[in-house]
Amino acid sequence: MAYTDDEILAGLAEIINEETGLETDAVQLDKTFTDDLDIDSLSMMTIAVTAEEKFGVKIPDEEVKNLVTVNDAVTYIKNAQS
Amino acid sequence: MMLDGKTLLVTGVLTESSIAFHVARLAQEQGATVLLTSFGRTMKITKVIARRLPTPAEVIELDVTDEEHLAALADRVREFAPDGLDGVLHSIGFAPEGAFNFLEASWADVSTAVHVSAYSLKALGVAALPVMKAGGSIVGLTFDAQFAWPVYDWMGVAKAAFEATNRYLARDLGPKGIRCNLVAAGPIRTTAAKSIPGFATFEDSWDGNAPLGWDVTDAEPAAKACVALLSDWFPATTAEIVHVDGGVHAMGS
Ligand SMILES: NC(=O)c1ccc[n+]([C@@H]2O[C@H](COP(=O)([O-])OP(=O)(O)OC[C@H]3O[C@@H](n4cnc5c(N)ncnc54)[C@H](O)[C@@H]3O)[C@@H](O)[C@H]2O)c1
Repeated sequence: MAYTDDEILAGLAEIINEETGLETDAVQLDKTFTDDLDIDSLSMMTIAVTAEEKFGVKIPDEEVKNLVTVNDAVTYIKNAQS
Repeated sequence: MMLDGKTLLVTGVLTESSIAFHVARLAQEQGATVLLTSFGRTMKITKVIARRLPTPAEVIELDVTDEEHLAALADRVREFAPDGLDGVLHSIGFAPEGAFNFLEASWADVSTAVHVSAYSLKALGVAALPVMKAGGSIVGLTFDAQFAWPVYDWMGVAKAAFEATNRYLARDLGPKGIRCNLVAAGPIRTTAAKSIPGFATFEDSWDGNAPLGWDVTDAEPAAKACVALLSDWFPATTAEIVHVDGGVHAMGS
């Protein structure tokens, strides 16, 4: 069963909230992880492995640095599901 | 199986790319029970990754620069392994970014590199000693410190200290029946390696200089050597460095 974009966004927002304390509302598609959300590389790794578990996908280490915006992550996870 | 009935403490599992992850995986495949350590903010990642081993492993908190963690280690190990340990893997390295600029590096950066990457072998060995069985084995990972490499800078100096630490630890733990050895691995694309500015310089040249060739994405050759040294198959070997680098260490350029 594939997750929808909205479900992925909501799931990511929860993961980010748990890792950084950021309000889930702040996690929006056009936001960048580094500049807008102030997420460092270690938190980004934590978010990636937690998202792998939650959505049952693989996000290789090399891909993580290409995920600049929240939308990049949502799109990557959506495509990785199939 | 090579490690049947053995219990090992494996430090340094961060991601599935970590050399230690492959040691833990192969060790379990060879019959060992594995306990992992992690620390601080990386605990959470290690706990997720620990569930991806063939058998999910317990994770003990150990910042190797934290005296309280070191003092508590033996008791924490006993909770999970009442009979003690047959082996310990030291797979820990860190240097602040400033340490990768040889002429500009501050002592603060260099001392951190030496503390985390070299002194920690002694610290870990002594902390684990109360739960180590005779016949036990301590294995660490080095990057050949005989040479001045591009970009490695003070991490190279820390590795030279690490290699010397291994010899002294072998001297002092030998009478207790404990072996101490290192594996000098060629470059492998792990989180630690990728955080070294200019790591690609190694990646590009290594394969061509290695008589056996070299794959920077494959940690298994180095991990296999660690497993062999943790086993009973090197019973009279200590203070040694086994090169797992495709043969580069023995070639003139
Ligand atoms: N990757 C290579 O090219 C290469 C080559 C030769 C040797 N090595 C050595 O292999 C070892 C493992 O590194 P890796 O390449 O698997 O990278 P890695 O990033 O996967 O592992 C490094 C580990 O060190 C741990 N660590 C850092 N500071 C610590 C502290 N204060 N307390 C406890 N743990 C701490 C990290 O949590 C991480 O798990 C290191 O000693 C490294 O120098 C690596």
